[in-house]
Amino acid sequence: MPSFKLPFGRARQEYPPNLWTKCPDCAEMLYNKQLDKNQRVCTRCGHHFRLRADQRIAQLLDRDSFREQDANLESVDMLGFVDQKPYSERLAAAHAATGSRDAAVWGPGTIAGTRVVVCVMDFAFMGGSMGTVVGEKVTRAAEHALDERLPLIIVASSGGARMQEGTLSLMQLAKTCAALGRLGDGGVPFISVLTDPTTGGVFASFAALGDVNIAEPKALIGFAGARVAAGTIAEELPEGFQRAEFLYDHGFADLVVPRAKLRETLLGLLRYMKPSAQVERAGQNGSSPLGRSAQLFDELIRREPTHG
Amino acid sequence: MVEQRTAASVAVVEPTPDELRSAIWARVQQARNVKRPHTLELIQSIATEVIELHGDRLFRDDPAIVGGFCRIDGRRAVFVGHQKGAETDENIRRNFGMPHPEGYRKAIRLFRLAERLGLPIVTFIDTPGAFPGPASEERGVAEAIARAIMTMCGLRTPIVTVITGEGGSGGALALAVGDVVLALENSIYSVISPEGAASILWRSAEYSQQAAAAMRLTAAEQLALGVIDEVVPEPPGGAHTNPEETARRLRARIAAHLDALAGRERKALLDARYARYRNMGEFAIAAESGEAQPQRPGLRARIRRVLDAGRNALVGGEGETNDPTADSTDEADVQRTGEGS
Ligand SMILES: [Zn+2]
Repeated sequence: MPSFKLPFGRARQEYPPNLWTKCPDCAEMLYNKQLDKNQRVCTRCGHHFRLRADQRIAQLLDRDSFREQDANLESVDMLGFVDQKPYSERLAAAHAATGSRDAAVWGPGTIAGTRVVVCVMDFAFMGGSMGTVVGEKVTRAAEHALDERLPLIIVASSGGARMQEGTLSLMQLAKTCAALGRLGDGGVPFISVLTDPTTGGVFASFAALGDVNIAEPKALIGFAGARVAAGTIAEELPEGFQRAEFLYDHGFADLVVPRAKLRETLLGLLRYMKPSAQVERAGQNGSSPLGRSAQLFDELIRREPTHG
Repeated sequence: MVEQRTAASVAVVEPTPDELRSAIWARVQQARNVKRPHTLELIQSIATEVIELHGDRLFRDDPAIVGGFCRIDGRRAVFVGHQKGAETDENIRRNFGMPHPEGYRKAIRLFRLAERLGLPIVTFIDTPGAFPGPASEERGVAEAIARAIMTMCGLRTPIVTVITGEGGSGGALALAVGDVVLALENSIYSVISPEGAASILWRSAEYSQQAAAAMRLTAAEQLALGVIDEVVPEPPGGAHTNPEETARRLRARIAAHLDALAGRERKALLDARYARYRNMGEFAIAAESGEAQPQRPGLRARIRRVLDAGRNALVGGEGETNDPTADSTDEADVQRTGEGS
């Protein structure tokens, strides 16, 4: 803030920004405390504000149940990438601004006592972009979910692959999809929650591959940025293009769920989406499904043959 | 221009010299040359027999992706590749090699068929990227790409991939997950087009040449990064000057790799493929106190040296060394990013 005041400055201070936030959709001035209480959803029009990873985790998981893993992973500038600034400077600035080391957080936790593995992306850190660290965390979350036979929930919020890591970012698409392939083959379910925005290489990899895909209302979800799409083609973009409801209408999201209902929706799904008894990996870990034969039989008949 | 670094910011690389930037841009133009041999032309030269198959069984046949059976010096295989056209009409019909979702679903169908028949797969990569328009989004291009990638990761048959021209982003990778990834000398591979990167990171497409240099998209640099395994030299003047010779060189390398992979036990093959992608990229591990430690110490310095060697080769061997202090940047840089932790 400048140290001098404009003559009418005081009148404009009616809504100090540390106390109030303007809704970008309906322009309502929202009292921050109330906005937080309403899970950062506009009380007037239902606009869903973006969440930091810790806010999302607090909303979804049981209090104090989350155990963050690999919080100490940091991105490395392998290419010596310089655009308008060196990548290493961008990383340091993002770290200083957000207090986070990168754009994803993962760990085990519980939802109403049900054990799950969650990975939550954080748009505040370099637009949630996926470089090696984000790819590594998503992959470790999937590998842990497979090892522990716990359902996996990933909450995506990302502009796509991190350009500053070049094709090493692109390779994270393969790394994460490979891990999800093994998870599915192992009979462990994956729920993908797509929030504003989920685009580019993140949508075109793990985020699109949920056994169930849930989108938040009006979230921007698409492959190409709307500007790229508009630039490449001459046609007008249709109304609601690349929004959550567009995805739902075209069959790529199972549910569009307002934030207030997300936790209970996940809980409801988890009652059906339990990891199968150890069918394909039987013998690998020594744990035997014996004694659960009735349940195993039940699951065997219901199981889809393959994930792909 | 790239802005001048202050003394406080640790040297990473010098702004790319003009000469080098032009050399890199020349590769981009070579990779995009419409006269460059495309997938069908290559496979017809490489193979003694080609039977093209069509359609995804869901929506339509996408002319931007081709595939089918082929016989390479007696080896039966399934090939799949992006298809551009050499003439304007053909290029329009092929949508300039930009597939819609049904193209990737056709590829998945052929991959599964190959797996079931026990045939190895050879893929040819040459696309600016998947088509980004509304039709593509409506039919779920992101899902199609993701599923193609996931399918390839777990496919129980050997896969040899060749980047022949433009390896543009996820739309390229969707056909490019392999046990071995080869690249023609003048091909490029990038996470986004240079134009796209320039317009986002520099806010102007005028910086496409800088973006191309910054992304290290040449085949030689991709080799240094470990994203590709082998560069196949092109005939003097480039692939388009002698498509027959280009195909001959490719055939020899593809056949050698198919033979090497043919004997691999399936689980070992799949584990090696998983590991290939599992180890892509590098990160550091921050310590409780003091500086972050790279996960694989010295790797970055080594890669930087090889990257620079690749670049010097682009400008004729004796080019300037970008970063003579590659050994020390590893430590200094990590120390800086570790600040405040
Ligand atoms: Zn509102």
